[in-house]
Amino acid sequence: MCLAIPGRILSVNGESATVDFGGNRMPVCTTLTPGVSPNDWVLVHAGFSITTIDETAARETWEYLSAAGGEDVADLVREVEADDG
Amino acid sequence: MDKASAEHLEAIRRAARRIGRPVTLMEVCGTHTVSIFRSGIRTLLPDSVRLVSGPGCPVCVTAQRDIDAAIELAERDDVVVTTYGDMVRVPGRRGSLERKRAEGADVRVVGSIRCALETARNAPDKQVVFIAVGFETTAPATAAAIREAKRLGIDNFSVLAAHKLVVPAMTALLEDEDVPLQGFLCPGHVSVIIGAEAYRPVVEDYRIPCVVAGFEPCNILSGLARLMRQIERGECLLENAYGIAVTPQGNVVAQRLLDEVIEVVDAPWRALGTIPRSGLALRPSYRPFDARERFGITIGADEDYPACRCGEVIQGKVNPPECSLFATACTGALGARASRG
Repeated sequence: MCLAIPGRILSVNGESATVDFGGNRMPVCTTLTPGVSPNDWVLVHAGFSITTIDETAARETWEYLSAAGGEDVADLVREVEADDG
Repeated sequence: MDKASAEHLEAIRRAARRIGRPVTLMEVCGTHTVSIFRSGIRTLLPDSVRLVSGPGCPVCVTAQRDIDAAIELAERDDVVVTTYGDMVRVPGRRGSLERKRAEGADVRVVGSIRCALETARNAPDKQVVFIAVGFETTAPATAAAIREAKRLGIDNFSVLAAHKLVVPAMTALLEDEDVPLQGFLCPGHVSVIIGAEAYRPVVEDYRIPCVVAGFEPCNILSGLARLMRQIERGECLLENAYGIAVTPQGNVVAQRLLDEVIEVVDAPWRALGTIPRSGLALRPSYRPFDARERFGITIGADEDYPACRCGEVIQGKVNPPECSLFATACTGALGARASRG
């Protein structure tokens, strides 16, 4: 339920960012991580970035999510979005 | 299994042999529960190591009175109820939000509270209520949305706040002498917000090991191996096995935002009763956005099923199949727990 997934910031506009989750672009609120910039990797939960993480850790997490879920990336992103809580 | 996981597992087995007595560890977080279930970690552990699931699923611990309040709101013609996906299936006394939706209520699942706020902005003739559940990972998003609603004057938006705090639930379990626990595997993403040091009082006041771990199986095995090593050595330490995301102090920006909008209050938990200072409510300056006040929702009592053993399950006293309702009459909290954590 409290799962956060990593994504890479593509662009930032005020407190909104466009974040890439394995090819899927989603809007994310950066209120909780001020100062992030394009190419930063962030953990995203319920539409909000909650921390920055390094790229290696982010990619390892994606490998696990893709292998464990067996779904495509879009399904994973939707699952996390829908299961937040 | 990767090499690191195999090494952690071997360390757990080695420690279990040296400890030579049964050990019960609790994973507090629902995300851990799901990962443990999917990866089969429980079946790999030595027989003497019992891993139990704690009260870490926000849907499972949401009190019946809060579900009832959400349903009461959904029954109003002028209200759009928005919530995270799992909440729609949880039963209250008069059905679930899912059933209300089937009967014509306007209940919408959203992935983020920002969508609920946007819905309110786009439908000024409707009252849009967000059912805010979740632990500290999710609560800052609620606080941010409420602050934004106030700033932008989105007066048709409100929140039914039912957020819960992790550490008070852990200490409430430890106050019960019938809960035999030797260590806590602490949640990773909650800890991103609250910081690893939040568990310091648990370790020091209750003399029980705590290890913060990420949700991947290798992270979980690493956390369990650290707990077992502590138990073997007779130590009670706070360790952070998820340092790539969790700092000692957590996300201070999120904590400040929470403190600005929300205050800590006593809160009801499904099957556990009221736990002191374990929930969140809107501060007086933000109370116009409190759905309970706006719609005059009365706080009812909880009437859990007489045979329901949810409370004992989430305290680690019994396993789900030991409840006579499991997988028969129970399709609610436990069902949600088993499938989603």
